[in-house]
Amino acid sequence: MSMKSTISSAMLASAVAAALSSLAVAGPLTEAQVKSAMDAGKEKCFGVALKGHNDCAAGPGTTCQATSTVDYQGNAWKFVDGGTCTTMKLPDGRMGSPEPLSRDMPS
Amino acid sequence: MQASSRIPTAPVGAAGSYVARFVPPLLDPEQQTPALVSGPNGKAAVKRFNVYRNNVTVSLIEALAATFPATERITGETFFRAMARFHVRETPSTSPLLFEYGRDFPDFIARYEYAQSMPWLADVARIERAWLDVYHAADAPALTPDALAAVPPNRLGDAVFMAHPAVRIVRSDFPAVTIFAVNRATGPVSRIETSASESALITRPELEVAIRNLTPGADILLDRLLSGVPLATAAEEATSRYPSLDLATAIATALEAGAFLAIHYGEKP
Repeated sequence: MSMKSTISSAMLASAVAAALSSLAVAGPLTEAQVKSAMDAGKEKCFGVALKGHNDCAAGPGTTCQATSTVDYQGNAWKFVDGGTCTTMKLPDGRMGSPEPLSRDMPS
Repeated sequence: MQASSRIPTAPVGAAGSYVARFVPPLLDPEQQTPALVSGPNGKAAVKRFNVYRNNVTVSLIEALAATFPATERITGETFFRAMARFHVRETPSTSPLLFEYGRDFPDFIARYEYAQSMPWLADVARIERAWLDVYHAADAPALTPDALAAVPPNRLGDAVFMAHPAVRIVRSDFPAVTIFAVNRATGPVSRIETSASESALITRPELEVAIRNLTPGADILLDRLLSGVPLATAAEEATSRYPSLDLATAIATALEAGAFLAIHYGEKP
């Protein structure tokens, strides 16, 4: 098929410019919406899920619900109410974390 | 992401191996309980094997119901479970991870005799399967508008967009996105007033799976871009079939949805 040259690079450039300018208005709003949703709603909390009850992330390169194999596995996370993650009381002085932890890894 | 660990469906190894004799009767109630299964003191274990056989089938049907809730809502539970049972018997799980199960279910629905009056049902199921894949896909920062803005205009035609791990497109000749949306929600199903073709762009920008309805042509453009076709080629193909396609809106939609991971130039490295 010879479809070359129906789209010029100038047309592409103007389409991309138009796309970017439409996002320039919507972009910050979307960020703010995401932020407020995260503040008001759920956040990822690592190291607090009982085994098999994580929402996602239970191994290198994988993100799998309900696949953590030890209680409070440090690299598995669960959705919790926003702002409660680091104040969770867990056995033996463990704390939840918004970042992955290296404790309680499956052997 | 495909399952990395697989268990054999069709038993592998020696024809007379334990697995080869144990597995086939599990999914075929017509076959007899394998002789190698026995109760205490060598008694026959027909009932015990039947309990296990039942659990295998029911758990796979439950897995399909959990993955395809809108499909089940459309068909009703009785119809869905009967259809799922046929599929389980024909295509058992190949992974020990139940959320990996059901990739062949939409194609099965498309040829399922009693679902022929609902030609859009398979596409709704495809969206549901894609929803779960996107939900489980790896986290990654999406391509930012700034990164696209940094591409020199004379290189735009060669720009190849790498797909974000959490992106899928499901193209449909039916209003599959609308049907999916009203049946996946918990509210009452209102009358659907459209018969237009709809294609779904499914992404997970942060933690929530988002579904966007792509206009005709935009689905072709994004499908080609996500397959690694350079921007100019993808845009030519899409606009030659849909001359009214608004390229700017299509590109903005994909950026906003977080469909891309990065940009490189020319052929894939």
